[in-house]
Amino acid sequence: MTVTSEVFIAVLLLIGAFLSLVAAFGLIRLPDVYTRNHAASKSATLGVMCILLATFFYFLAADGFFSSRLLLGIAFFFITAPVAGHLISRAAYNSGVKMWDQSVRDDLKDKAKKEAASKR
Amino acid sequence: MIEPILHVTLAVLAIAMIGLIYRLVKGPTVPDRVIALDAMGINLVSITAVLSMILDTSNYLDVILLIGILAFIGTVAFAKFLEKGEVIEYDRDQ
Repeated sequence: MTVTSEVFIAVLLLIGAFLSLVAAFGLIRLPDVYTRNHAASKSATLGVMCILLATFFYFLAADGFFSSRLLLGIAFFFITAPVAGHLISRAAYNSGVKMWDQSVRDDLKDKAKKEAASKR
Repeated sequence: MIEPILHVTLAVLAIAMIGLIYRLVKGPTVPDRVIALDAMGINLVSITAVLSMILDTSNYLDVILLIGILAFIGTVAFAKFLEKGEVIEYDRDQ
């Protein structure tokens, strides 16, 4: 492996590890389910994508091995992790989990009320 | 040359995992715990990738895809259970 590719892989690895740590920190520190979901679904996704990209370039540089499985994994995480975050956040809202008591805006509340009125 | 950086990455990922376990144990509501489990699955994928680089083998790359698919299916099933009360609906009841 050349020095350039090693530096590139090391930077990608460190960025990925830092983003995973940021996701865990946000999950500990943030006040309610929705903000925690915001932290977890975005930074964890980008972190794992950086680490998988580093793995892809590592095997390409060390063995000359082009791993299409890793590229498929990156695409899969990019598609599914935000969908999973959306679904679980929606399930939390519909099962009545309270927002943080200092949050000021809830657009979905009026919409749910209007839908219930039009159904009647 | 890249070996120490791999070990540092593994240590940072382990620390992140401990933070997620804290939220999994403490989390006041069920969606909190599901979010923590989903993030743990994603973190496990990163750990598998780093470990396959440390062991210098490409045989574990299938495991990455497998864990990703299983974590997604589990989260979707949990979300549907929380919202509708059942995972697979039986909609032909008369």
